[in-house]
Amino acid sequence: MNLTLKVWRQQNAQAQGGFETYQVKDISSEMSFLEMFDVLNEQLINEGKEPITFDHDCREGICGACSMHINGQPHGPWHQTTTCQLHMRAYKDGDTIVVEPWRAKAFPVIKDLMVDRRAFDRIIQAGGYISVDTGNAQDANNLPVDKHKADESFAAAACIGCGACVAACKNSSAMLFLSAKVSHLALLPQGDVERKTRVVNMVEQMDKEGFGSCTNTQACEAECPKGISVQNIRRLNAEYIRSVFSGGE
Amino acid sequence: MGFTGLFLISFLVVHCYVNALIFFNDGGVKFTEAAHFMGTNPVVRILEIGLTVGIFAHIIQGLLLTFENRAKRPIGYAKTPGNKSSKWYSRSMGLLGTLILLFFVLHWYHFWIPNRASQFMGNGEIDAYAKMKLVFSKPWVVIVYILGCISLSFHLMHGFWSAFQTVGLSTKKYKKIINGMGMAFAVIVPLIFILMPLSFYMGWLA
Repeated sequence: MNLTLKVWRQQNAQAQGGFETYQVKDISSEMSFLEMFDVLNEQLINEGKEPITFDHDCREGICGACSMHINGQPHGPWHQTTTCQLHMRAYKDGDTIVVEPWRAKAFPVIKDLMVDRRAFDRIIQAGGYISVDTGNAQDANNLPVDKHKADESFAAAACIGCGACVAACKNSSAMLFLSAKVSHLALLPQGDVERKTRVVNMVEQMDKEGFGSCTNTQACEAECPKGISVQNIRRLNAEYIRSVFSGGE
Repeated sequence: MGFTGLFLISFLVVHCYVNALIFFNDGGVKFTEAAHFMGTNPVVRILEIGLTVGIFAHIIQGLLLTFENRAKRPIGYAKTPGNKSSKWYSRSMGLLGTLILLFFVLHWYHFWIPNRASQFMGNGEIDAYAKMKLVFSKPWVVIVYILGCISLSFHLMHGFWSAFQTVGLSTKKYKKIINGMGMAFAVIVPLIFILMPLSFYMGWLA
């Protein structure tokens, strides 16, 4: 199929960006969206132009590196699918596709479609871990964990930190990401010790990074490639309120 | 927003109940009795101060939130998802709130301010039932009240559930029930309010 692509090009963080229009021909419906971009980039290199910069790594939908805002939706039109797992059969011959980087003050553009998501790393550093003595791993059954809690914790841990929630949110809020990380640990006995300080420290870091606040539009859940539920945001709110009222830092 | 929102929702219940007494169609006897209690009882008078603080806290917090959040995305998208991932009224709480506030200014000017002013001057309460009859004889006023109540309805469709979510109560088990209650509340309460000016204007009430 032949497609028209309108892609955001920006030389660096300071430069003023703009859309460039490209034509790609003979695209197979079995290609992934990123493979289609590889074809476009080869075409650009052959023409002596600079290829488009975009984030990608595993191309298996599990690393969270790819991050394209495609025709108004983070990771494109398919439900619970990352950009790398979006395939060209989602489009038909003659379509025009607009591709933009994640837009958020806390995610400045590095180049073209690549944005700086280190704000997420700093939120994790603020409390998204457990402090344990090193040594041999314990026997798995030493710590009994409720099955339902284990399942919910696991569902929250499915977050790949891609930032689609921030990209989708009208407030550029990172609450779904943060709530997944807080829930994942708060539900388990291993995370219980630092439960109160963790939530307060991570929320503080999130605010410092310049993310907006949550107004419960639920766009994040709708666009999350891993189907992280806004139920985690409810838990985050409850954890935060409990921590503040019980005199946690 | 959640805590003040829940407080304001509880006020709406009382306001709606007292005013719905006009539908007894007894020339406002039951309503005037209840309005007199609300206007003179010391506990209610103290709660009114809380209500005034609550409503302004909700407005100021809402405006700050709207502008702060808008600044978190300096460069917008060329293409937006529209209603694919969220409801329009969920995204328009600031706008709906502003419309409600504009309606409130007129509403306070009609009833609350004249009533308190009259009490302050030592002339006692005004006859609110007669005042309603007078105010709701103008078609443009009735239309503004209906539009105000429709804005309130959409505001509540998002706000009711959202408030429970913000204070951490909308658990998996109760989310559906809370959402259902919110939708019912958002339709029924504004509808009862709409019926008031409409009933007076159409001459359904004596």
